[in-house]
Amino acid sequence: MKLITVAGPPSCGKTSVIIHALKELQQQSATSGVVKFDCLTAQDAADYHRMAIPVKTGISGGLCPDHFFVSNIEAALEWARQKEFDYLVTESAGLCNRCSPHIRDVLAICVIDNLSGVNTPKKIGPMLRSADVVVITRGDIVSQAEREVFAFKVRQVNPRARIISMNGITGQGAFYLARVFSEAPEVKTLLEATLRFTMPGALCSYCLGERKIGPDKQIGISKLMDFSR
Amino acid sequence: MTYQLLNHTIAELYRRCPAIADFFASHNMQAHAKMSITLGDLMDSQKEHLFTESATARDSFVADLASFMVQMQLLKSDASAKVESITVIPGVDKSGTPEPCGVTLKTGEITAVVGPTGSGKSRLLEDLECLAQKDTPTKRRILINNVVPDEETRFGAEGMVAQLSQNMNFVMDLQVSDFLTMHAESRMVENVSNIVQQIFATANELSGEAFTMTTAVTQLSGGQSRALMIADTALLSAAPIILIDEIENAGVDKIKALALLIKSNKIVLISTHDPLLALNAHRRVVIRNGGIHKVVTTTKKERANVHTLQQLDALIADIRWKLRNGEEIVTIPAL
Repeated sequence: MKLITVAGPPSCGKTSVIIHALKELQQQSATSGVVKFDCLTAQDAADYHRMAIPVKTGISGGLCPDHFFVSNIEAALEWARQKEFDYLVTESAGLCNRCSPHIRDVLAICVIDNLSGVNTPKKIGPMLRSADVVVITRGDIVSQAEREVFAFKVRQVNPRARIISMNGITGQGAFYLARVFSEAPEVKTLLEATLRFTMPGALCSYCLGERKIGPDKQIGISKLMDFSR
Repeated sequence: MTYQLLNHTIAELYRRCPAIADFFASHNMQAHAKMSITLGDLMDSQKEHLFTESATARDSFVADLASFMVQMQLLKSDASAKVESITVIPGVDKSGTPEPCGVTLKTGEITAVVGPTGSGKSRLLEDLECLAQKDTPTKRRILINNVVPDEETRFGAEGMVAQLSQNMNFVMDLQVSDFLTMHAESRMVENVSNIVQQIFATANELSGEAFTMTTAVTQLSGGQSRALMIADTALLSAAPIILIDEIENAGVDKIKALALLIKSNKIVLISTHDPLLALNAHRRVVIRNGGIHKVVTTTKKERANVHTLQQLDALIADIRWKLRNGEEIVTIPAL
């Protein structure tokens, strides 16, 4: 089975991109399943159902979503193995952009959209920086110049990635992405596998549910800004 | 390459590739203050947490810098110089019957794509955009310089094809000069201010209403935006092929725009319902039921009609102008 981790800022078109690529693979009679990781709510399950793609949704709730991802990814793989999928795709939104779900030797995809602004590639950190493939969406509604500048800014942050531009509405570009999916390495287990980037070094009172503000409430690891300079 | 880089001073690296200034900046590294030290020394002087904060590590930073410099070098070499022709090998129409015609397009030529709404004009443009290899619904195959393009050309980020459609808008919150400068810098142009000036002047020539360098691109009118997009794509885009989905009726000098596109030495396709554009093209591809039904080369005789069409166009433009100014249209002069 092939595992593919897809990450990207909220509302950049991840679900549409995945659906179009999997539709393409369906035509080659490959089976796939999706695990959608989200923070508070997730409405995309219906979209996958419409395409007859089995989907599981995990809501991280009070936990850091990427931490939640790591704790559940091996079980997700087990689910996909039992269902005998050819492909398992995980979809997760990079919420604070601090982390990334990308794993070494697992195909890593970042979806980012042309409308998000030229500084976004610089801002979103490891989920873009450590991706193997960057899918750029919504190129159909911005100018050629903006598309070129945006791709350039992505290059600056991640010079190694292959860039694919895709239209989430018509599915244009899905053919390429499906091809890239089919070239992903086989994954048997994720035991002993390593994340491409560290999780935040934080274990503080707020991680444990504290809501009050004040220095005496901050127990554990914290970092203070210097306002004197 | 990474080891060699480590022994070069920052100043030497800047000289080789000025764009690395941006690369350092995107990693929050103050390299410009340390021109005389080597990259290796700069790396040694960085605290580990700085790498962490920019989501990288020392080794991968240097490797990324190396591939960035290679990419920039590739960008500089002009991709359009390599494309001389593209060929559409027929596939099937919407009913699945074989498409009657294919077509070969050459640089410096304009081809109009005509046919009723819904006949499949956009589908042809899409096939060209993705350099289809029998893997789209039309089963067409696209050749570049008479050969099947390799995967890298198809997948390549910077793309073979520039697109201009009526759905496209500027979304960046920048004034015209900054916008063009940003584009020129990302294209690794040697003389940025020169090309910016040139695009600005050309766009103003194409546009009916003048705009300034300090106008925000998002504030431009429909015609002004299109004029700027056409000038920018013709003069600055890397792509050797330009696909245009109709040029606005109002606000853009269509004939001047076509002349500019021909001069840009690219392969240009315009999907259009406008007779003036269609007859000004070198040939027109007629689409019917999803397939290329016919390819008509514009004859001298047809060309002779362009003048009349231009007069008609000017007449309509004049009436439009009068209506806009609140005038009454009593009579329309005969041609």
